[in-house]
Amino acid sequence: MTEKGTFVLKSGLAQMLKGGVIMDVTNAEQARIAQEAGAVAVMALERVPSDIRAHGGVARMSDPKKIKEIQEAVTIPVMAKCRIGHFVEAQILEALKVDFIDESEVLTPADEQFHVDKWKFKVPFVCGARNIGEALRRISEGAAMMRTKGEAGTGNIVEAIRHIRAVNDGVEKIKMFHQRKDIGELEKIAKECRVPIEVVMETANAGRLPVVNFAAGGIATPADAALCMQMGVDGVFVGSGIFKSTDPAKRAKAIVDAVAHYKDASVLAKVSEGIGDAMAGLEIGKLETKMAERGH
Amino acid sequence: MKIGVLAFQGDVIEHLEATKKAAANLSINIELAEVRTKKDLKGCKGLIIPGGESTVMHKLCEREGMFQEMKKIAAIFGTCAGAIMLAKKIEHADKDQKILELMDIQIDRNAYGRQADSFEEEIETTLGRMNAIFIRAPRIKQVGSNVRILADRKGEIIACEEETQSQYLLACCFHPEMTSSKFHEHFLKKAAERE
Repeated sequence: MTEKGTFVLKSGLAQMLKGGVIMDVTNAEQARIAQEAGAVAVMALERVPSDIRAHGGVARMSDPKKIKEIQEAVTIPVMAKCRIGHFVEAQILEALKVDFIDESEVLTPADEQFHVDKWKFKVPFVCGARNIGEALRRISEGAAMMRTKGEAGTGNIVEAIRHIRAVNDGVEKIKMFHQRKDIGELEKIAKECRVPIEVVMETANAGRLPVVNFAAGGIATPADAALCMQMGVDGVFVGSGIFKSTDPAKRAKAIVDAVAHYKDASVLAKVSEGIGDAMAGLEIGKLETKMAERGH
Repeated sequence: MKIGVLAFQGDVIEHLEATKKAAANLSINIELAEVRTKKDLKGCKGLIIPGGESTVMHKLCEREGMFQEMKKIAAIFGTCAGAIMLAKKIEHADKDQKILELMDIQIDRNAYGRQADSFEEEIETTLGRMNAIFIRAPRIKQVGSNVRILADRKGEIIACEEETQSQYLLACCFHPEMTSSKFHEHFLKKAAERE
């Protein structure tokens, strides 16, 4: 029997993306630059997060015309974002045959109570998380891939690092209680995270999040990307960091090389050289909107 | 025997695990290496090219200047993107996309469509029955007379091998590393037979 849209297929595509860089692009030309640089997938958007910040107002799913234009421009997977809880935007993106949907806090949330029930879809979803509770809740809702929220559009890595550490700490705690065979404590974690015990046990047995986990939000340099990789993520998303820099093609390629050789400081030194200026960047304390606080 | 897994990108861990399991099942000792540089390739009798994005793999291999050394490995096994890397001819290639041009097969990239068309299915192979995972899979369109078919589906070749005097090559359109170690056992046996 032939089966489509199974969880194995959804999480399987995420596994194929491991060790890769997923880049935000807003048109066909940028998509081609990203693919040429070695992006493993692109995220089709109308505006990159730093422009969403600057413009204000409600940020929504992209115009399907924009998504189609990008799908036609490249052969690598194309992702697109829907608002948190906006299952109709998700239905539209599925109809457009995007390869992955990002239910993203970068857009203005549509539902303050519920995220999209991702089990109902055949297309895989990636979601953001600040900590183990958010990650396990999204996975129990059917997310096939996770990423940190970071603080998108800031060019500031500090929040992504905070989120990687928080998720890693959560996993370590689960592993510790699992080794001690302390079911009571594992049940307590499930209760605190408001998830079924099965998701906690899956994490315990895998010794990591049970789905692929990328870094996202604030990555601006090859060194930022390699830092996240050395802290244990499976790959990185780069949003505004590439096309808001002075030389996007060079920076994109440098970040791809940095992720592929993330443990090799001599390669990192080489690829970091002479790639123009990074995006200006923002301090987290001075932000008007903290996107990471959306959806929990 | 040293077996390398090209480790820039893709389902590297799944291949490392499947290879370990295969070696244990065969009770043979192997040295497993993650390959990211020319140096890592030194002494490899076998090389596994994982699933992932073929366009990304070729770029990273080329930037590392390891294409020629890769071509000389005695036994090479590629799944999905790895199978594309092995082929002599490729359809719907990305602009400037380079492949190893070793195996006498013609392969069509992403021929089954986007993720919406990805599928899984129980298949028969000459190595036994298994669940096969096809993710944005390539399609083998033609094979040379020296290529032996290991599995087909609705008349289309989905796994095959080619043995020449100098090399053993194994290609799968699906991802055996996600569900089985049978192909890895077969590959290790064939690699061990080489000089």
